[in-house]
Amino acid sequence: MDFSFLSDPRYDVIGAFWLTVQLTFWSAIGSFILGVLLAAMRVSPVPLMRRFGGGFVNVMRNIPLTLIIIMMSQVIANQLGVRLATREAGVNPQAFLDNQNFRLAVVGFILYTSTFVCEAIRSGINTVPAGQAEAARAIGLTFTQVLGIVVLPQAIRAVIAPLGSVLIALTKNTTVASAIGVAEAAVLMNTLIENEADKFTAVFLVIAAGFIILTLPTGLLFGALAERNAVKR
Amino acid sequence: MSDRASVLYDIPGPKAKRLNLIISVLFGIALAALVWWVLSILASKDQLESAKWSPFLEGQNWTTYLLPGLWATLQAAVVSVIIALPIGALLGIARLSEHAWLRWPAGVVVEFFRSIPVIILMLFAFQLWFAVLGVSSPFAAVVIGLVLYNGSVLAEVVRAGILAVPRGQTEAALAIGLNKAQLMTIVLLPQAVTTMLPAVVSQLVVIVKDTALGGILVGYVELRRAANTSASFYGNLLPTYVVVALIYIVINMSLSTSSQYLERRLRTRGGGGRMVKIDDAAQNDLMAARQRVEVVGVPGVDEVR
Repeated sequence: MDFSFLSDPRYDVIGAFWLTVQLTFWSAIGSFILGVLLAAMRVSPVPLMRRFGGGFVNVMRNIPLTLIIIMMSQVIANQLGVRLATREAGVNPQAFLDNQNFRLAVVGFILYTSTFVCEAIRSGINTVPAGQAEAARAIGLTFTQVLGIVVLPQAIRAVIAPLGSVLIALTKNTTVASAIGVAEAAVLMNTLIENEADKFTAVFLVIAAGFIILTLPTGLLFGALAERNAVKR
Repeated sequence: MSDRASVLYDIPGPKAKRLNLIISVLFGIALAALVWWVLSILASKDQLESAKWSPFLEGQNWTTYLLPGLWATLQAAVVSVIIALPIGALLGIARLSEHAWLRWPAGVVVEFFRSIPVIILMLFAFQLWFAVLGVSSPFAAVVIGLVLYNGSVLAEVVRAGILAVPRGQTEAALAIGLNKAQLMTIVLLPQAVTTMLPAVVSQLVVIVKDTALGGILVGYVELRRAANTSASFYGNLLPTYVVVALIYIVINMSLSTSSQYLERRLRTRGGGGRMVKIDDAAQNDLMAARQRVEVVGVPGVDEVR
């Protein structure tokens, strides 16, 4: 099998996967924060917040991610004129587009992935024994304190492994950003296949290996973290 | 879920009720402001004009673009499921085999295809199909990509389902002299199917959503892509995407609802009670799948020990 395209300066394999990592990193942080907020809303004593949280989750996770990402670019940015990057005069407009599309993709990934984080944390809340919340209420803690000091820390420790799965799914999902031209691994593979059609198996193996290198340690790391942080009961 | 959530706070007294009301009102105002802001942006960009939305009242828009697109989406999803289910079942059973030469390759195949993005699989399948048969077929690329990925995921569902059948069943079957094949086909699989069904139905949601990936790089004209053509014809991109999103939400929510119905029905029926649930967020993780499988202790067997 011919892997000569790896040393071809036209194809930046490391750069493409670095973009995949960056997309994953920023989306993961945003999804975690929004996911925790959504989970808190869904268990809160305020009915309106519960309903909003539930509605948001049910809408977002039933829409294909492809649709969300393309809407971010074609509808939110192009039609409604929302700008997530500044366009400076005299600077290469491609740099602005790259920045803009990268940020739009991250926002799209956050909206989609946060719903899965929310559901994982909610199932974690269910694993916390009722006595914990009851004891916390008995000593007079308010709802925010019960949730923030007692229940959520235990819930999150219980769902480290599922959150790892969400992170792995997110890493793979970043390939959808190819739909709006973010030059990550899937775009690279597409270009490579177009130019080096005869070597498509080698191309596939390289890209596949890249994703295995990214996802395998994530799974192992989160598995180990889950074991170390498990709440002893 | 809701009965457990209420453990987090007391039944509100007069003071808490007032506080909840104040928060509700503030949150409601914030939401209303957000909606108003979005609507005003939409109005300023002329997105709320009836001309933008009226194409959905035209039969031609539906018969030319949206319905064929929807049909293509459902076709790819259904064909993928029909092929992926038996492959998943075989791989799942192979992973439980006591022969290492069968267990290991099955494990490698499952783990390999689960850790690769579906788009990458589709791109590869597209090229492979072209190289072997000399014709390009976006449909085949989409189906092969979905089958490779979902076959692996379903293998884990099947494996978890079989492992969830109480051990006493295996012991009893072997004790009355059934062989390995009979044990699997007469005793384990029939019982596993009922516990797996909800997880399989929720996997359908993932497959329906993933057909949209075929519209990005391999050029399969599914619902999203067909709608895009319609939108450029009528000049109503935003309304079209909103309608497409609604179609997806309706399809997937009815699938989820039927999965929950199945789960409830199977759980309340005699012999149920052990559910295998692998949601699409956790599907990638073997650990998660293992954790969700509860092998229930069998009375009379575990007690003796």
